[in-house]
Amino acid sequence: MKPNLSWKKIKGWSLFLPVVALLLVMMVNIVYDAVNGNNPLSFFVITLQQTTSNGTILYGRIIDILNRGSEAAILAIGMTLVVSSSAGTDISVGSVMSLCASFCCMLLAGYGVSSTTTLAVPLIVGVLGGLLMGAVCGMFNGTLVAYFRIQPMVATLILFSAARAIGLLLCNDLIVYVRNPSYAAFGAFMGIFPTPFVITAICVAITMVILKKSALGMYIQSVGINDKASRIAGLNSKRIIFLTYVICGLFAGIAGIVNSSRITSADSNNIGLYLEMDAILAVALGGNSLGGGKFNLAGSIIGAYTIQAITTTLYALGVSAAQAPVFKAVIVILIVAIQSEPVRNFFKKQSAAKHVKGVA
Amino acid sequence: MEDNVVLTARGITMFFPGVKALEDVNFTLRKGEIHALMGENGAGKSTLIKCLTGINDFDAGEIHIDGIEGPVKNHSTRDAQNVGISTVYQEVNLCPNLSVAENLFIGREPMTKFHTIDRKSYNKRSQAIMDELGISVDVTLNLENYSLAIQQMVAIARAVDMDCKVLILDEPTSSLDDEEVEKLFVLMRRLRDKGVGIIFVTHFLEQVYEVCDRITVLRDGHFVGEYSVEELPRVKLVAAMMGKDLDDLAEIKKEGAATASNNPIEIRARGLSHTGTVKPFDLDIHKGEVVGIAGLLGSGRSELARAIYGADKANTGSLEVDGKEVKINQPIDAMNLGMGMLPDDRKAEGIIADLSVRENIILALQARQGMFKPLSRAKQEELADEYIKLLQIKTSSKETLIKQLSGGNQQKVILARWLATNPDFLILDEPTRGIDIGTKSEIQKLIVKLAGEGKSILFISSEISEMLRTCSRMAIMRDGEKVGELDKDLTQENVMKAIAGGENNNEA
Repeated sequence: MKPNLSWKKIKGWSLFLPVVALLLVMMVNIVYDAVNGNNPLSFFVITLQQTTSNGTILYGRIIDILNRGSEAAILAIGMTLVVSSSAGTDISVGSVMSLCASFCCMLLAGYGVSSTTTLAVPLIVGVLGGLLMGAVCGMFNGTLVAYFRIQPMVATLILFSAARAIGLLLCNDLIVYVRNPSYAAFGAFMGIFPTPFVITAICVAITMVILKKSALGMYIQSVGINDKASRIAGLNSKRIIFLTYVICGLFAGIAGIVNSSRITSADSNNIGLYLEMDAILAVALGGNSLGGGKFNLAGSIIGAYTIQAITTTLYALGVSAAQAPVFKAVIVILIVAIQSEPVRNFFKKQSAAKHVKGVA
Repeated sequence: MEDNVVLTARGITMFFPGVKALEDVNFTLRKGEIHALMGENGAGKSTLIKCLTGINDFDAGEIHIDGIEGPVKNHSTRDAQNVGISTVYQEVNLCPNLSVAENLFIGREPMTKFHTIDRKSYNKRSQAIMDELGISVDVTLNLENYSLAIQQMVAIARAVDMDCKVLILDEPTSSLDDEEVEKLFVLMRRLRDKGVGIIFVTHFLEQVYEVCDRITVLRDGHFVGEYSVEELPRVKLVAAMMGKDLDDLAEIKKEGAATASNNPIEIRARGLSHTGTVKPFDLDIHKGEVVGIAGLLGSGRSELARAIYGADKANTGSLEVDGKEVKINQPIDAMNLGMGMLPDDRKAEGIIADLSVRENIILALQARQGMFKPLSRAKQEELADEYIKLLQIKTSSKETLIKQLSGGNQQKVILARWLATNPDFLILDEPTRGIDIGTKSEIQKLIVKLAGEGKSILFISSEISEMLRTCSRMAIMRDGEKVGELDKDLTQENVMKAIAGGENNNEA
């Protein structure tokens, strides 16, 4: 009876399903490697490698996932809060990433310069400029959603289609290259760890501390669950919804700079392309309802890395980049279906039936 | 079926998940009569209408219609139209950008032999219909050129032309002015004389006495009775709607309600109003006083309180709190002035369903403290424990989600939320709804106790008896207007008379 009880506890754990999904993806790797006669645990192997550009760094599939999944994970933080407070999604984050990257690179290179190795302004000015741009985009979205009561999808559709173009405008229709090691650092390695992962960890940590040390987390959930009741109880529902969009925009700025730093350029047409969908999916995979209300930030982060794990796994399995989305779709359907209400109820009924049989 | 009866509904029963919306309701409509369907909000009027028109699938009972064998069960509004039941709602469901004639024939256009729309014929026919009903319009003009009243009449004309035997008018007058209402009544009388049976739903009592022949009253989903207008004067109608039989009412004694009218004034409202819900009103509430607001549901009693609290920002007037002129834009402003409000719609405006009992209790206090001064977890738990014990909230733990509690216990949690903020002025809108008798008297005692501590309380309740027990003064609301105050001779009968008003209409 005792192990049963703890099993129940595990199943009741809020991160149970997201973690199961991630483990499932890992299992696929293990089975594949075993079948092919490789070391079954090669997925988990992390080694130290000597590189010419970055010195000694950690190397392995997991490290790759943690590195490459960073942008989606950073976006997922803001997306989680937006979904919770407004029961809607911010579909502009991918485009806003691109705009922020363009603005940052434009500041660093100088307007109209297409390639530079020296910085026109101190690095910090460019980065803060990029972040500010993200926050401004967030304010724009937040104003439309919270104060003009426009549906989030429609409100953020504006920047979804316009932000990239604004970025191109800022860059004078050029792909601006900032080939300076100090700028490239955000997308490289910090000691033996990938810098994007370190940045993600810092972002998550700061957000969690703020949610823990202020009443913001409860405010956002309360407004998301019942904004009318929250208002009567003294919360400024509109301001809280607005705030979540600003936070979301800010994180889009961070993700944009990280992505641009990887390629040391502002490629307006490609930075953050379709990444808003990964961010939304991460929130859903994390067990969060897109209907707003209660949220689980850790779940979203796990969700984001699960998506990257799927991609990396598919590449490891030899699926070509062009066909990967098909397999990705299949896996996502499975994961989302497992978490869906009817399936969960089905399993609940099954176990209940089993329980009844056991008693009888 | 009697000769002149056009529709009978017998024993209509309908369940919504977990609630009985209608139980054993009877309704009889005769040819050529205007029959008022009366009841407070939530009494089941709309549910019954929807059963008749096929929107709701009722669970038991039978509907019979003149000229049709056997019971009729409609599954859609189209079914209902086919058996001769048409409905015109408060909001006009027509197309403003089409002509009057097009609106009359939409979906059943007369055709030429080439299967094209026969415009000439339908314009001519439309004009004939409108002339016959005495509505002077140019049928070729777009509907949007006409007033709401005319639009409503076009909707009625459309219904009548589709051979309806039963015409249901659901709150048709609520967005019309007096003159337009009069025009509508002329049309209704004309239709009555042509033999149409009209079901008229309204919450304007005087209109009932102006046009109706009979009244059926519902309450809490039950059939209360069918009366001719002559045998049911206004006071009796109100009594029937509220569930108090005036003849049986014993005098209820007040249990030591404080007479605090000499204390300094806590709240002083002058000309406060909210457009569309409550007309300008004056109200003084003294420290330590319990003031009641009496009126039918929908009479503006909640709206009056909401205008003070800033839940609906007041459009006109001024408000003084503790002698200082204040401006309240939103609830948090009111809270910072020491106010609190327990709203009447617990589900929509009270509980945060997916948060725990603890979080629901501390929410308002936390909101007033500000986001960056979070209450410590220990303090939160202390408050939660304190109020769970004080109000005897039945919950398996303070971390239980509030949605898992029963309605009465949810209400206590919301009450705890406001008590935790230690307000000087507390608005309680239906605090005892859905709560068992024992707890009700507990809450009434609590109200008197709070007043004894010098707090001012505005108490709104559908149960006059509980207001009589706690209030020293009552404001009377009717049709969105504060029509008076009662401070002496507070008896059930006097309050009901004041609510019903216009006694000269009794004999109508």
